[in-house]
Amino acid sequence: MTTTSETPNGSFRLSMLLYDTRYRATTIQIIALFAFMFGVAWLVNNVIQNLAASGKTFDFGFLWEPSGYDINQQLIEYNSRSPHIRAAVVGLLNTLLVAGMGCVTATIIGLFIGILRLSKNWIISRLAAFYVEGLRNVPVLLWIVMTMAIAIHFFPAPREFRGENPAATMKLFDSIAVTNRGVYIPKAVFSDGFGYMPVFGGSFHVNLDAVAILVVLAISLYISHLIRKRADRIQEETGDRPTVWYLRLAVVLLPFLAVLWLLGFHLEYPQFKGFGFKGGIHMRNSLLALWLALSLYTSAFIAEIVRSGIMAVSKGQSEAAAALGLRQGKIMRLVILPQALRVIVPPLISQYLNLTKNSSLAIAVGYMDITGTLGGITLNQTGREMESILLLMLCYLLISLAISAVMNFYNERTKLQER
Amino acid sequence: MTTHEPIAYVREKMAEQKAPPPTSVGILGWIRANLFPDLVSGILTVVALFIVYSLVSGLLPWLLHGVWNASSLDECRKIIAERYGEGASGACWAVIHERFWQLMYGFYPSHLYWRPNLAFVLLLLGIAPVLFDNLPRKMLLITIAVPFVGPWLLWGGSVWVPIMVFLGFVIGIMVNRFVGRMSGALVGIIVGVLAAVVWWLFLSGPAADLVQSIIPLSIEPVASRNFGGFMLAITLGITGIAMSFPLGIFLALGRQSNLVILKTMSVGFIEFIRGVPLITLLFVASVLLNYFLPKGTEFDIILRVMIMITIFSAAYMAEAIRGGLAALPKGQYEAADALGLDYWQAQRLIIMPQALKIAIPSIVSIFIGLFKDTTLVSIIGLSDPIGWVKLIQANAEWNGIVWELYGFVAFVFFLFCFSMGRYSMYLERKLQTGH
Repeated sequence: MTTTSETPNGSFRLSMLLYDTRYRATTIQIIALFAFMFGVAWLVNNVIQNLAASGKTFDFGFLWEPSGYDINQQLIEYNSRSPHIRAAVVGLLNTLLVAGMGCVTATIIGLFIGILRLSKNWIISRLAAFYVEGLRNVPVLLWIVMTMAIAIHFFPAPREFRGENPAATMKLFDSIAVTNRGVYIPKAVFSDGFGYMPVFGGSFHVNLDAVAILVVLAISLYISHLIRKRADRIQEETGDRPTVWYLRLAVVLLPFLAVLWLLGFHLEYPQFKGFGFKGGIHMRNSLLALWLALSLYTSAFIAEIVRSGIMAVSKGQSEAAAALGLRQGKIMRLVILPQALRVIVPPLISQYLNLTKNSSLAIAVGYMDITGTLGGITLNQTGREMESILLLMLCYLLISLAISAVMNFYNERTKLQER
Repeated sequence: MTTHEPIAYVREKMAEQKAPPPTSVGILGWIRANLFPDLVSGILTVVALFIVYSLVSGLLPWLLHGVWNASSLDECRKIIAERYGEGASGACWAVIHERFWQLMYGFYPSHLYWRPNLAFVLLLLGIAPVLFDNLPRKMLLITIAVPFVGPWLLWGGSVWVPIMVFLGFVIGIMVNRFVGRMSGALVGIIVGVLAAVVWWLFLSGPAADLVQSIIPLSIEPVASRNFGGFMLAITLGITGIAMSFPLGIFLALGRQSNLVILKTMSVGFIEFIRGVPLITLLFVASVLLNYFLPKGTEFDIILRVMIMITIFSAAYMAEAIRGGLAALPKGQYEAADALGLDYWQAQRLIIMPQALKIAIPSIVSIFIGLFKDTTLVSIIGLSDPIGWVKLIQANAEWNGIVWELYGFVAFVFFLFCFSMGRYSMYLERKLQTGH
C-alpha cells in the first residue's frame, strides 16, 4: 500500500476523496453504508405499506392465543388449547430430537464406512465407495420421501399381526413391531420411580427418574476418570501401569444397574390389542423416514471426512510410532487419531449443522418439527407470514450459532501451538 | 599327500530364475493380495461377496422382468404374472414410458419441446469452452449468447427483450470506457453500472415494446407455471450456479477486505444465510417477498425462487472462496503489491486464479449441493421431478408405485451430480502445478 511520510502540499480538493488512497477507502465505505441503509429503508417502507394495505399489523401477540390444532408427536405436554408458542416449542423439540438421533447414527455409520473405504481389501473399499457415491449424489429430499413411501407401501399393516397364524410377526423376540403405521419399540418403565416434577410453574415436567440415572452416571464416570488419572500418575512415576479396566467398568456399571433396580426398571412391550398395537413407544413413519434418510445421507459425507482426515496424517507419523515400539492399536489411539481428529472435527460439526438444517425437510413427510408447526400450521391458521417466518429463521439461526460456538471452542482448544 | 578334501561348493553360473509361485502373480496373486491377505480381510471379503450376491440376485430379475408397455400398475403386475409366473418380481417401467415427457418437461407445451432442447444444446455448447480449454476460443461467443438466448427460448415472447437486456451490458461497458478515460477507473465503473441499471429499469422495457411494435418478431410465450420436471431443476440449477459464483466472489472479497463496514455487511449476510435452512428462504420467496417489494409488483415465482437459491449458494460459495484466499501465502499479496498492481488487477491476475484453484473441490461440491437443493421447490408447490413423482403416485392408475419412479429420478440426479464431481477431479489434476 502507498504510504507517505509527509502531507502533500496544497489544499483539500473534492476529487481527493476518490483519487487519494488516504480518503478513498472511507469514501467507498460511506457510499456503501448509505446504499445499504437506503436499501433497508426501502424494504421496510414497502413492508409497512403492504401490511397496511392488507390490513395486517406486525406483532407477536398471536403466539399466546390457543393454537387449535393437534401435534402427533409431543415430547412435552401439549393439546389443541395450548398456545401457538407452545406448539412452536413442541416443534423445536421434535427438530432437536430428530437432529440429535440423526447426528449419532450418521457419525457411527460414517465412521464405519470411512474406515472401510480405506481398507486394502479391494471389494470392501469398492463397496464403501459405491455406498458413498450413491448416497451423496442424490438429493436428500428424495431419500426422505422415498423412505416414507417404502414404509407406507411395503411394511405390513397392523391387522396382519392379528389372529392365530398372522401374516407378519414381531421382530427381535417379539419386542419390536414394524408396521406401516410406524415402529413400536419397548418402553422403559420405572415402577418405583419418582415420577415427574413440574418446573416453571407447571409449564414443563421433568422426568426425575431420568435425572437420577444421569446424575449417577455422571458421578461414576467422574470416578472412573479419577481412576484413570491415578493409573497415569503411577505409570509416570514407576513405569508400570496398573490394570484398572475392570475397576473402571465396575465403577460405571454397578451403580447404574443398582439405580435401575432401585427405581424398579422394566420394559413395557408393545402388544397387539383390538385393532392396533398398545404400549411401548410408537415411532411414527415420518420420524423413522426422516431419521433414516438424514443419517444415511449425512453418513456418506461423514465417511469422506473421516477418510480424508485419516489420510491427512502423514505416513511418517505411524512409522515413527512403530519405530518407538507401539502396537497397532496404540498407534491408532495415541498417534493417528489425535492428529486426524483435528482435521475431522470441524467439517464433522458443519455436517451436524447441515443435518439439523436438512431436518426442516420434515415438512415433506408430515413430521411436526418447528417448520411444520410454526412455519406450517400456525402460519396458515393465523395468516401471520411475516412474524412466523422471521421467528422460524431466528430459531434456526440460534441453533446454528450454538453449534458454531461449539466448533470455535474446539478449534481454539486444538489449535497447533506454533511459535 | 593328494587327498581329495571336500571343497565347498561354488556356483559358477547364475541359477535360472524361477517363475514366482502361481499364488503371487496373475489373477490368483491379485485375489490373494487384495481379497484374502489375512483372516479378517478374508471374512470381510466373503461377507461383501454375500452382500453383492444378494443385491444382484434381488435386483436382476426385477430389472429383467420389467414391463415397458402398460397403462396402470395393476396391468403391469398382470403382465408380469402372466409372463414369469405368479409371484415373480418385476419392474413396472411403463410408468416412466408413459409419463416420461412430464417428468422431463412438466406441463410445457409438447409442440414446443424443441425450445428447451435447443436451449439445452446451446447451454452445453456454451459451457464446453469454459470447461475444456482445448476447444476453439470462438465458441465463447456462444457462451456470451446463452444467458440471453436461453431464457428467451424457454419463456418465449418478443425477441427484442433479450436484445435490449443485452444492450444494457453494451451501454454499461461503453459508458465505463468513455467516462473511465475522462475521469479515472473508479468513476468509470460507478457511472457504467449506474447507466446499465437505469437502462434496465426504465428504458429497456419501453424500448423493447417500441421496436416490437415496429418490427414484430416473437415466439409463443410459455408461462412459468407450466415449467416442470427436470427442465425446471436444470433451469434453476444452471442459473443458480451461474449467478451465485460472481456474487460469491464479491462476498468473499468483502469478507476478506479491510474496509470495516463492507466486511461487517458481508459477514452478516453470509452468516445469516448459512444459518437458516434453504426451505425457510423458499418460504420467504413464496409468501414474504411480495411484502418487501412495492405494491402491485408482480414477480414470477420461478424468478423469486432463482433469486433465493442464488443468494443461498452465494453465501456458501463465499466461504469456499474465502478458504482459498486464506490458504494463499501472504507473499503472493505482497508480491502483487510490489509489482505496483492495484487492488482489482492484483485480484484478477494474481490472487483469484490461485485462490479459485485451491477452492475448486469445495466450489464444485457447492454446485452439486445447489443442483440437489433445487428439489426443495417441490415443497412450495412447483412441480420439479419430485413434485411430479408425487403427482403421478396420486394418480389412481399408478397408486402404489415406488421404486421405479424414485429410482429413475435418483438415477438422473446421480448422473448429473456424479459427472460434476468427476469433472472437478479432472480439473484439479489439470491445474496441479506442484510435484
